[in-house]
Amino acid sequence: MNDVLAYVGRPQPRVDGPLKVTGRARYAAEVAVEGMAYGAVASSAIARGRIRSLHLAAAKAAPGVIAVLSHERDPGLPDEDDPYLKDMGAVPGSPFRPFCDDRIHFSGQPIALVIADSHEHARDAAALITADYDAETPQVDLMAAKAAAYVPPEPRSGIPPPPPPRGDAQAAFAAAPVRLQEDYRVAAEHHNPMETMATTVVWEGDGRLAIHTKTQGVNNPKTYVCAVFGLDPDAVRVISPFVGGAFGMALRPHYDLLLATLAALTLKRSVRLTLTRQQMYTMGWRPDTLHTVALSASEDGRLTSIRHAAVQATSRYEDYQEPTVNWSGLLYACPNVTLSYELAKLDTSTPSDMRAPGAALGLYALEAAMDELASRLKIDPLELRLRNYAERDFNEDKPFSSKELKACYRQGAERFGWDRRRPEPRSMRDGSELVGLGMATGCWEAMMQPHAARATLDAEGRLEVACGTADIGTGAYTILSQIAAEALGLPIERVTAKLGDTTLPKAPVEGGSWGAASAGSAVQAACAALKEKLLAQARGMNGAFANAAIAHARFTADGVALASDPAATVAYADLVRAAGGDGIAAETEFEPDEEFTKKYASYTHSAVFAEVRVDEELGVIRVARLVSAVAAGRILNPATARSQILGGAVMGLGMALHEETVWDATLGRIMNANLGEYHIPSHADAPDIEVIFVDEDDRANPLGVKGLGEIGIVGVAAAIANAVFHATGRRVRHLPITLDKLL
Amino acid sequence: MTPFSYLRAQSLQDAIAALAAEPGSRVIAGGTNLVDLMKYDVEAPRRLVDITRLPLHGVIPTDAGGLRIGALTPNSDLAYHPQAARDYPLLASAILAGASAQLRNAATTGGNLLQRTRCPYFYDVATACNKRAPGSGCSARTGINRNAAILGASEACVATHPSDMCVALAALEAIVHVEGPNGARALPIADLHRLPGDAPERDVTLDRGEIITAVELPSPRFGRHHSYLKLRDRLSYAFALVSVAAALEIAGGRVVTARLALGGVAHKPWRIREAEALLEGAAPSRAAFAEAADRLLQGAVGLGGNDFKIPLARRAIIRALTQAADGAPQSQSRKVIN
Repeated sequence: MNDVLAYVGRPQPRVDGPLKVTGRARYAAEVAVEGMAYGAVASSAIARGRIRSLHLAAAKAAPGVIAVLSHERDPGLPDEDDPYLKDMGAVPGSPFRPFCDDRIHFSGQPIALVIADSHEHARDAAALITADYDAETPQVDLMAAKAAAYVPPEPRSGIPPPPPPRGDAQAAFAAAPVRLQEDYRVAAEHHNPMETMATTVVWEGDGRLAIHTKTQGVNNPKTYVCAVFGLDPDAVRVISPFVGGAFGMALRPHYDLLLATLAALTLKRSVRLTLTRQQMYTMGWRPDTLHTVALSASEDGRLTSIRHAAVQATSRYEDYQEPTVNWSGLLYACPNVTLSYELAKLDTSTPSDMRAPGAALGLYALEAAMDELASRLKIDPLELRLRNYAERDFNEDKPFSSKELKACYRQGAERFGWDRRRPEPRSMRDGSELVGLGMATGCWEAMMQPHAARATLDAEGRLEVACGTADIGTGAYTILSQIAAEALGLPIERVTAKLGDTTLPKAPVEGGSWGAASAGSAVQAACAALKEKLLAQARGMNGAFANAAIAHARFTADGVALASDPAATVAYADLVRAAGGDGIAAETEFEPDEEFTKKYASYTHSAVFAEVRVDEELGVIRVARLVSAVAAGRILNPATARSQILGGAVMGLGMALHEETVWDATLGRIMNANLGEYHIPSHADAPDIEVIFVDEDDRANPLGVKGLGEIGIVGVAAAIANAVFHATGRRVRHLPITLDKLL
Repeated sequence: MTPFSYLRAQSLQDAIAALAAEPGSRVIAGGTNLVDLMKYDVEAPRRLVDITRLPLHGVIPTDAGGLRIGALTPNSDLAYHPQAARDYPLLASAILAGASAQLRNAATTGGNLLQRTRCPYFYDVATACNKRAPGSGCSARTGINRNAAILGASEACVATHPSDMCVALAALEAIVHVEGPNGARALPIADLHRLPGDAPERDVTLDRGEIITAVELPSPRFGRHHSYLKLRDRLSYAFALVSVAAALEIAGGRVVTARLALGGVAHKPWRIREAEALLEGAAPSRAAFAEAADRLLQGAVGLGGNDFKIPLARRAIIRALTQAADGAPQSQSRKVIN
């Protein structure tokens, strides 16, 4: 290892930063080609029913309009589930198929697509489209719908249903000296990334399409459009190098992709379709969720039972599912656990994964209940967690690959000054403000997925690493460049990472926090394979290398050298020239070690500490401070890693205090579908946030990486809600905690 | 957005004539509200009359010792104008409580007065709204009404006026200067905005073709005892659930003059002279503040989602008056409520 060029584990500014801040990074809606047409979607005014008639004449006659597509004249989209199920993110049920019939499934559903010669003409014409409906009464209220809640008959692929009960939770509860049962609720949320959904389909002639679309993984939209439109995969390329935030909403393809492709194929020309901010509320959302948590404990605070039942909203047409309650069987050592998970159908679009799906919700409820239990037991909330610390995954009865949660608790508490906390609620104040300190635990599964990657060295000694994964703002470009630079001993300026293109080595969608571990391992393996190739080439060129194994070789900025004899160096330029061609490339596939994952449970953990200030008279809440201590294996880039945790913390703060998608119950329509009225935290709301990464040695992959995308949000809402209780003595069990709930 | 024609007015007379000639005309200045409404198809003017080149800028002292603020003065220029900030800190504070720095840079004084409600149904053309489409009904009355009025509402409309600046102007008894086809006139700000009654489509009492040219402030009296307290769903960039503009003159331990206006609770800044009179002559005290609050909120009714505004407003009034009496106005940058 060359110490001078050690990049992994050091803060490295984003390699794509200059492109982004100077506007040179082009997003899906910014791709422009000669002769391109522009689309605009007209949306349904009702939430449930049928379109009796569509009034398209005014739009068709509007200036610049080229075509108007709708269900009325069969636009050629298949009206069967199968092709749409090729979406790797599909969930059990019948996927939404626009323009297949007159049925309205949710408010804002696309009812027509206008194609015009400019964005403005398309938008103006779309506004002229009206419809007569046979409206039916929609149901968008989970409290009303829960009477018909059901256990999903078919589990969602990749999402484990709750583990079977262990012990007898009911009996243990009945026999316990300390018992608690409460209902919790988290309001529906929308992802609200800065970049709206957009697709630009470039018609390249001969049926060849280059599709620029917002996605968390280019291979999924490619598979999907090929299946739906019956296209030859060799004729379709999907490109998405930059994504302006997604948080899970771009895991599944949305109607912008379908309709832009439909229009391009129909008109045989390039088409760009950008959705509006309001239309961003007509797809994927974090479902409204009801929880009942029952805990029992001995007098000294040992948990004797945990029961956690959740009812979660889904659409009428699909059974979207999350691992919402499973965490409650995992986080603590408890002999008696019963977990249940049900769905209730609403007349909305299908929810989707949103940063730490399931965990952000389920662990809010569990960790709020744990705080209530601590209060009832008169045990410090942190001490209660330590007394019930799980050294083993009891859901699957496996040891952890690593678990430094105790270090998170200890270091987080120390940095935060948890020992300042007086046990009694309402016992700390500062002027007119009540002061509250709260904490909670976070947890997320450390997953991996097969990824392929390629490393190519050119004659100028420049290294390109390529992988079909996505950088959705996480820092993937940067960490992959760091890994590659370090592997080849090159300055990072000589390394380029290429992502987000179906012509690159295959990767699945980027989600679940598996990107760094999987794509990182793939790039590392590709670099290792490249080094073997370079050494093999060197052996043929310089006798000193004849018997050199990889362990004997040193890779530096100049070339391959012998560790024992640095003077024996073969320059990269010479290697590449001798090999013939433009460069030497190696491609490898990374597969998670199945033996290892069978044997060990692998999770990231966090301890989150929050200090809130509550105006006693007016109920105004300020989060004054957050400390998040994270155990996530090896940290590749402390700078981008910290940003991940900061972003998660702010999002968790939004869940605790601000964010709520509001439906009109009669109309079934979202009434705050904009960034003015859907409140994400403003700068003034974001406090001083401190991030600690505790040392954790993990062997699940060669890099020792666990991933950071989700863990930053988990536990934050509970820590803040618990702090609000400590400040005020009031338990608000329905997030967000707006000031009226404290009056 | 519906296509429209655009006219850049060369003179005030030009603009007035243009508005009078074409009924579908709307004045545009900063455009921070109107352009949004046009994109949402809530407003579809046939012609925009751009008045930004007219000589309606400037903040000028008046002979009466007050200040005359040109209608085109940007909100941020006014908030940071040295004399305005020194003599009318209540107004500067209210302006800085609203919107964002970028919006305040673009929004004008006259435009702020004429901004339209943020009732969500007003913005969604797929729903019934008497203010947007007279006679279509009011969806907010039985729907989402967290930000709806608790005072002065009608069967037809429960919308609130969203401005912060106007609440301070109401407390300061500003005079609004307008000019129209029949010449110039001036009216107290209390007479500019109207209650919805059975014509909620009309926010203000201006006649067709009338343009706001200036806002005039009387000589300053509340440089020491004042506060603008705004309560909302996040600490910045949200419309008021309730806001209070409180201004007092105190001499010899007694309130000589009191001014009190509420935002976020009615179709216009809410001010009741009798509530202020209850404070005048009395020593500042929590009991006196509570009495004034109760009088100001007399007749308040909730619709369900906004019931909390009634107790919240009462507490906010008491708090703002306490801040004003103490000479400790609410800071708009430091988020602690003192």
